[in-house]
Order: sequence, then structure tokens, then C-alpha cells
Amino acid sequence: MRKLTLMLTLLAALSCAGTVFAAETILVGTTTSTADTGLLDALVPKILKATGLEMRWIAVGTGKALEHGKNCDVDILMVHAPGAEKKFIDEGFGVSRTEFMFNDFVLVGPVKDPAKIKGKPVADALKAIASVKAPFASRGDDSGTHKMEQGLWKTSGLPLPDKESWYIGVGQGMLVTLRLAAERGAYTLTDRGTWISFEAKDHGRSGLVILSEGDKVLRNQYSIILLPPTCAKIKHEAAKKLQAWFLSKDGQQAIADFKLEGKSLFTPNAAK
Amino acid sequence: MDYFSEGLSRAVALLLALDPETFSAVWATGMVTALALFVSLLLGLPLGFGLGHFRFPGRRFVRLFVDWMLSLPTVVIGLIVYAFLTSRGPLGEWGLLFTIPGMALGLTLLGLPIVISMTATAVESTDSRLTDMVLSLGADRWQLLLATLIEARFAMALAAATAFGRIVSEIGIAMMVGGNIKYQTRTITTAIALETGKGEFATGIALGIILMVVALVVNLLVGLLRGRSNGGQGGSGGLGAGGGA
Repeated sequence: MRKLTLMLTLLAALSCAGTVFAAETILVGTTTSTADTGLLDALVPKILKATGLEMRWIAVGTGKALEHGKNCDVDILMVHAPGAEKKFIDEGFGVSRTEFMFNDFVLVGPVKDPAKIKGKPVADALKAIASVKAPFASRGDDSGTHKMEQGLWKTSGLPLPDKESWYIGVGQGMLVTLRLAAERGAYTLTDRGTWISFEAKDHGRSGLVILSEGDKVLRNQYSIILLPPTCAKIKHEAAKKLQAWFLSKDGQQAIADFKLEGKSLFTPNAAK
Repeated sequence: MDYFSEGLSRAVALLLALDPETFSAVWATGMVTALALFVSLLLGLPLGFGLGHFRFPGRRFVRLFVDWMLSLPTVVIGLIVYAFLTSRGPLGEWGLLFTIPGMALGLTLLGLPIVISMTATAVESTDSRLTDMVLSLGADRWQLLLATLIEARFAMALAAATAFGRIVSEIGIAMMVGGNIKYQTRTITTAIALETGKGEFATGIALGIILMVVALVVNLLVGLLRGRSNGGQGGSGGLGAGGGA
């Protein structure tokens, strides 16, 4: 009986392999922001044409994506939490980290702005929110955005909120968090890409607006991480090819050309 | 309420346009469910039957264990299966992570206790007078076994229908072990989670409707088969159909 099930399993595996794997596929471990905004979908045909690689991805929070990388479950990583990434490299789980594009974070909140943070630099804005105990929705899922938010509380000289009644740990993706913030009239930190797609869907009727933006500390840097040879079974050659495309003139141009609602979401910044 | 009417019309549109993303999700769901259900029934029906029919030492303990496993959260099953299947895990060599068979393995762990437990209960509760009657008619052990099997068949079909319902609608295992990869391991349920997370509520509802249509078709087919195999016996057939619906 075991043999039969094993054979059936293999058969199923082969039939999937036969129908789906026409071109060589490469599995990217990435974050929800690259997938939810539609960037990766837009790049798939261009990558296929230029490199012959069929890009597929597992879109999760950066924490989980790095864990997938640690376990050699994906071929390449595309993430945005520089601190955690450097630690990942130092611990020997990744061999190289290459910055290739960025977008930025914005602080959004209810139009009424109970903490009066409009136009303030981020540190002052967070202090104001904490002092009036205005509701703040946090991703709370160890994602890149969550790590950025935690860093901002720290650099603002504030204790990291945790059990405070006004601090809402959502534990889900950015769009869910934004919707929750809209329902509850809360402030939240979001990447601009997800914000634009959120706003477009609600036609600006969500009741949330951008209140603080442009601060230097709000830059959201994305990097590509190659995994070490100790990951014996992953596609190292394909990973290098994909990395090279993202850093190439074509790849960088394709990122710049990607627009949502007529607005550019990501700025390519690979080192020349 | 807009979401529902919009969801309904979008479901029809997706199906009529033969949308490749939707159909690949339907295909993945069907494939995973069929594999997991097949293995669950293949192992679960004989095990459940044995557990209900035979008296052996430690039987109560086994029974307790199986019923206990019914409470295992699917997220935990997903985590355990992930830990086994990851490249660095004990079964990493098999390369099953983020594949359809890998998901089916996890979903089998979900379906198996259901099939075993419900089958055992069905066999246990077959009328004890049946045993006496069959034996008094001079039947041997094998004929008794066969008679019990025939008597318990509708309850077993209900076990299969229940396992099908749990497996086809599961999301924790499918997400964790499958990875929700477009055109590969994205099932209808993980697609719903994705669309909902993206704020595409209507598309999520549309996919939910499609899932329910698929489930209805399966239940109708099973009901049809059952009706045909058992044309004369109206009473029991009705019971079985009730279970399948």
C-alpha cells in the first residue's frame, strides 16, 4: 500500500512537472509588498524574455522569507529589512546582499489627525501619537515594515509600545492593516506602494491620508540575497542570472517603468 | 452588500472566460483534494473498520488517540509537515515542499483521523442483533465481516464526504506547505486569502462561489453513483444522500 501511495505521489509530481515547468522556473522568496503591488506580475514576461527564466514566488513577511532562505527552500531572496539581512549574511545563511531598488514608507492616519502630526518629521509625529495615546495600528508580524516601525520608535527615543491599549498589533499583511486602521481611525506606517494601491481601490474614501512623508529615515531599501553553496539543491546558476537581470540596465528600467494608477512605486538604485 | 452581487457576477465571468489563473487554482484544489482523500480513504477505511470491528488490547487508547487527533489545528499540521519537508528537514531529500504532493501529504494527515474515527464509530454502532442474526444463519467470520461492511457503507460514505469537505476547504496547510505559488500550488482557498488580503473582496467571494460549485458537483456525482448502486433500497439511500449533501 505504501508503495502504491508513493508511486501515486511521484506520478502526480511528474504530471505537475510536465505541464507547468515548460521554461526553467526560479522560486523567489519575497515580501508581500513586491507581490501585492503587482510589480512581480509585471516583470514575469520581461524576465522570461531576457533570461528564459519563469519567475515564481512565495510572498510572505520578511521574517518568514528569511526563514525560507535559511532552510534552502527558495532559490533566491528579495527582501527589505537591511538590519535583519546583514545579520542573515553574517550568520552565513546568505553569500551576498545587493541593493537594487527602494521605495519609501509614509505615515498615514485619519483626516481628523487627533495627534496633530501633519507635516511633522517622523520622530516628532510618533512622540505626538504616543503622548495623546491616539490609536496606532502596527503590522506586528515581524515583516520588513514592522521592523522599520520598531526602529522608528527606537530612534525617536520612545519605548517600544507593546501592551498599550492604543497600540494595535494586527499580525497580518499591509492591506489588512490599512483597512483596519481606516475602520478604527488609527495611524499606521505603510510602504508607499501598498498605500497607492489601497487608496486607488477605495477612491480616496477610506478616511486615511498621508500625514508625514519624505523623511530620510523612511527609505525602504530592497535587496537581493544569494544563498550559499551549502544549499545543495537550489538553482544557483538561475539565481545569479536573475540577480544579474535585476541589476542590468533593462532590469532597472523595467522597475522604473512599473506604474500603479499612473504613479511610480519603486526607484531602481543598483550600484553602477 | 455590493460585494455579493459583484462577487456573483465576477464568478460567472471568471468561469465563462476560462480564466487561466482561476482554472489553475481549481485544478490545484482538485488534484490536492483527490490525492489526499484517496490516501485518507485507502488507509483510513481499513484502519477505521479494524478499530471498530475487532477487540484487541489497547483499543480504547488507540480510539482516544484518533479522536484526539481530530482537534489538531491545521496550522500546526502545516508547521509539522513544513519542518519535515524543508530542504534541511528529515524528508528534505524528497523535494516535496511547495509541491502538490507535499500539500496532499499534509491534508492526508487532516483527513485520516476523520475517516478512521467516523468509520470506527459507524462499525461500532451497527446493530448488534446483526451479528447474532448473521451468526445464527450459519455465517463464518468472513461473512460476518462482509455483512458489517455492507451495513456500515453509508456511514463510511458520510466519513468520506466529511473528509472531503474538510480537505477541500482547508487553508493553513495549503498556505504553509504549498506556499501559494501562482499557477503551481495556489488553490482556491489560498487564492481567496490572497485576494482578500489585497482588498479584492469581490474576487474573493467569486472564488468562494466557485469552490462551492466544485464541491456541489462532487457531491452530486457521489450522490448519483450511490443512487445507482443502490436503486431499490430507498430508505438507506436517503440517509446516505443526506450525509453527502
